[in-house]
Amino acid sequence: MGQEPYVEEYAIQAGDFSAIGEASTKFKATLKMLGIASDLVRRASVIAYESEMNALIHGGGGMLRMTVHDDHLVIEASDSGPGIPDVQLAMQEGYSTATDEIRELGFGAGMGLPNIQRNADAMEIDTEVGRGTRLRATVAFKQG
Amino acid sequence: MILRDLVTLIRAEVLCGEDLLDSIDIECAYGADLMSDVLAFARPGSLLLTGLTNIQIVRTAQMLDLPSVVFIRGKKPQEAAVKLASQIKMPILVCQMSMFETCGILFQKGILPCHIPDRGV
Repeated sequence: MGQEPYVEEYAIQAGDFSAIGEASTKFKATLKMLGIASDLVRRASVIAYESEMNALIHGGGGMLRMTVHDDHLVIEASDSGPGIPDVQLAMQEGYSTATDEIRELGFGAGMGLPNIQRNADAMEIDTEVGRGTRLRATVAFKQG
Repeated sequence: MILRDLVTLIRAEVLCGEDLLDSIDIECAYGADLMSDVLAFARPGSLLLTGLTNIQIVRTAQMLDLPSVVFIRGKKPQEAAVKLASQIKMPILVCQMSMFETCGILFQKGILPCHIPDRGV
């Protein structure tokens, strides 16, 4: 109790599509090593992976950070991209502004943000057109 | 179904993870070329069937704790995908049949779909 939170952070390089998921893979390995329950690890991994992808695809790169506290963890993704003009619209399943290049890889089908929300206990999006987007998702270690 | 029996059933080629086939038991599967949907709907422990070949397929499977991937329609995964799968001990299979036929055979032999509770299926 009351221990310093564990923080891990990676830069997401613009344009490097083949690297998508490298940071999330490292997060997953860390969470397993910390002995976090496998369903929580999986939820955190999906959140990180979707966030990493969004930051690269839409944000042109940015940062992905994971903070592990005693009773919860937080995944934060930030970018300096174009921002999201209509968050409500972006939260709708199937709504997407992804390029053909991303769609050819099997992504960009407009499932990312709803999927992050589904896997998180709490999610906040702070975005402004022309400034960028910051997403913060929390996974609690105990139910209720 | 033990993965080795499944390999025989769909006459798949094993590109890596041959030594793991007896230790993986498959109960359900998810077939899609849309990784966005796989991330949203595939259940942990499922077998993934896909016609895409890039490294993100293996990463997606890894994130969701999917133990193995079948590349259908005879699609050969990219070298980087097989290399990563080999590193993380994930058997990679290639099956010549179509998605429909492969899924049909597996379903007929008792492999279950991934249930999606919030959609009532």
